[in-house]
Amino acid sequence: MATTVHEPPKIKPRARKGGTGSGGGGWRDRTPRGGSVLALGDRSPAASKTGVWVGIAAITMSFAALTSALVVRQGSATDWRHFTFPSILYLNSLVLLASSFTLEFARRRFARFAILGPDEPSTSPLRWLHATLALGLLFVGGQYVAWVQLRSQGLYLATNPSSSFFYVLTAVHALHVLGGMGGLIYVSSKLRRSVLRKNTLDAASHYWHFMDILWLYLFLLLWMKV
Amino acid sequence: MDETSQAPYVEHHTPPQGFIRNYVFSVDHKIIGKQYYGLALVAVLIGMVLSWLMRIHLVWPNSPVPGLKWLAHTSAPNGVITPEYYLSLMTMHGTLMVFFVLTNAPFAAFGNYFLPIQIGAEDMAFPRFNMMSFWITFLAFCFLIAAFFVGDGPPISGWTAYAPLSAVGAVAGPGQGTGQTLWGLSIATFCIASLLGSLNFISTTLDLRARGMTLMRMPLSTWAWFITACIALLAFAVLLPACGLLILDRLAGTSFFIPANLVVSDQIQPHSGGSPLLWQHLFWFFGHPEVYIAILPAMGIVSHILINAMRRPMLSHKVLIYSMMSLGFLSYMVWGHHMFVSGMNPLSSLMFSFPTLVITIPSTILTLIWIGSLYGCKLRITSASLFALGFVSLFVSGGVSGFFLAQPSIDVLLHATYFVVGHFHLVMGVAAIFGVFAGTYFWFPKMFGRMMNEKLGKLHFWLTFAGAYLIFMPFHYLGMAGNVRRYSAFVDDYLLPLMPVHRFITIAALATGAAQLIFLYNLIHSRFRGKPAAQNPWEATSLEWTVPSPPPWDNFGGKIPVVYHDPYQYGIEGATDDYVMQNDPKNIPTVPEEGLR
Repeated sequence: MATTVHEPPKIKPRARKGGTGSGGGGWRDRTPRGGSVLALGDRSPAASKTGVWVGIAAITMSFAALTSALVVRQGSATDWRHFTFPSILYLNSLVLLASSFTLEFARRRFARFAILGPDEPSTSPLRWLHATLALGLLFVGGQYVAWVQLRSQGLYLATNPSSSFFYVLTAVHALHVLGGMGGLIYVSSKLRRSVLRKNTLDAASHYWHFMDILWLYLFLLLWMKV
Repeated sequence: MDETSQAPYVEHHTPPQGFIRNYVFSVDHKIIGKQYYGLALVAVLIGMVLSWLMRIHLVWPNSPVPGLKWLAHTSAPNGVITPEYYLSLMTMHGTLMVFFVLTNAPFAAFGNYFLPIQIGAEDMAFPRFNMMSFWITFLAFCFLIAAFFVGDGPPISGWTAYAPLSAVGAVAGPGQGTGQTLWGLSIATFCIASLLGSLNFISTTLDLRARGMTLMRMPLSTWAWFITACIALLAFAVLLPACGLLILDRLAGTSFFIPANLVVSDQIQPHSGGSPLLWQHLFWFFGHPEVYIAILPAMGIVSHILINAMRRPMLSHKVLIYSMMSLGFLSYMVWGHHMFVSGMNPLSSLMFSFPTLVITIPSTILTLIWIGSLYGCKLRITSASLFALGFVSLFVSGGVSGFFLAQPSIDVLLHATYFVVGHFHLVMGVAAIFGVFAGTYFWFPKMFGRMMNEKLGKLHFWLTFAGAYLIFMPFHYLGMAGNVRRYSAFVDDYLLPLMPVHRFITIAALATGAAQLIFLYNLIHSRFRGKPAAQNPWEATSLEWTVPSPPPWDNFGGKIPVVYHDPYQYGIEGATDDYVMQNDPKNIPTVPEEGLR
């Protein structure tokens, strides 16, 4: 069969109601009349920032799924056993909360650091970044201690649905915290080479604060349910 | 705010050096798109052969399949497929097709290749993530294929892996041991890759658009990929933890999905109080959006191609986009319609039935826009536009049966029959594949710099189009006659009178499958021997046609385009041709929508 190529219909351009409003908003004709397209401006934010928010959305969704699983599982069965909340979790929460503050100190200092340069060591945000990393590590270690405490109560992953959900939620969160630490290490290595973009720092710290908020949520959830 | 946050963020990377960086671990979105396409091609060939084996077994249950006894000597002794192996074939066919073909080809492959070019970006926002997402997908594929070669055979619980049988482990029978664990691993890995991919798509679309490329100036294909990425992000984020819990049930002895006192193979299972329905909820919360992950990119691709062939825009660009958005949104409201007979509260069925019927509204609007826009136009008949028309046809034919299935009272009768199989194969499977075919014929010149053979393409279309209907229309009839799906044979029972229909379907399936060899030949032959393609062989308007075929490694040769026009400026009087490219600086008045009828 031969390709049939018809003459395309010719359409007369017709003025829109209210004049040929170009540049007056609307998606169809955003080219400024006679003007430079540069006037449209470029309002693109940095992709790293958008990316981190998109990632946060996905992580939120995952934990929402796990939460709904927990609620359904607890509501549908009679085998749910409550257990004593490991006391170290209170301390861990404080540690993680503190790490958010140290990270904010680092972020505040970044602006001054960018102006004064690395010659002024007292203004370097690096030490606050390292403090944040140390607190993060302390938090993950603390979570491990919580698991050891649970084990000493005879509560393992498969012992009871309540302990299953406890281990799963805390472990998945701890993994994400480790990911955040990876991000902070990346930030500090860039900072040491003075090639850090503020957006990278912002993205990493948004993620870190989100881990903090997520932990507070999980803490409340587990405190109420297990 | 410092200066860097003001500047548009573009990931600059130098031209790749050497074979490995160029073609294997490449960060170039174009290579990654081709890699996805290649993987999908391998997966679809395997999946198609599996469906042949199933069809052959259904019609000739006792005759050996040549060669099969060497491939699966335990599962198919002497080449005769055992009932368990039939279920394995079905599981692997479904999993390969849904995840590695319908998600990979229209979304990951074409999206990766063309989304950055269509919005005027040099690459994806996170090229390294992009590379990772392909290789993680490849790892997932390896896990799944490995399930063919484990001792107790590939998994048998279907692509939905319903608990508790999928969760108790090897005791549930052949294929429920290592094979099922590999299935879980594969899908969990696939989820991670898809999440990375979606993150990239969303960030790229939002942040890397060229100057002047407003959201509404994005081509419909880009819109579809963007909406799909949003759906995939939230859907795979649910499937990932669900697979994690399933794997824990299997390997760590937890009881998320396994109820108390479950007796399997005469043994009481040491689990307590889990909820099998919970797995279904989690799975279908992903599973229904997955249908739209498969079909939305095809809708976008088809619209993009049809507009080019019609030489005029759709009746309404905006309404088309908003309809696709509402499809994406509604796809999260309807997962329970897969579970009408699962033991949910009947009231829940009613609550899920309503949004399911509502979802037909945007679908109908889309169809009406396509058909209304086609009305009275002088269509350029090419392989691509034929496949696009075929898509519309299949989408309508497959969608109409959805009206019936959406109602719980009718679904009780039709559930788990061939009616359902016919419905989703037409509307989701074959329709999306037609979108991929259309995209291939349309974009092949851009991807490889050579034209495909149009004559062979048209032959391929007519054989495939007829074949798709001949295979899947009788499925509806079988379903209404009460033919239950997932049975491995219909020997000596009430379904025996339906055997002639099955025989017809099998012959049609084998013939239609063979017709795909034409496509494969065309693809490979054109890749090396095809006519060299011009920069813009279809006289199209979007940005991918403003660059050489194939595009240079940074897409635009260092000159990021500036966009002055809507994506589909066709049929313009006063233009040199009948169309105006998006980056054409000549200030030709934009044709208002009302003037296009």
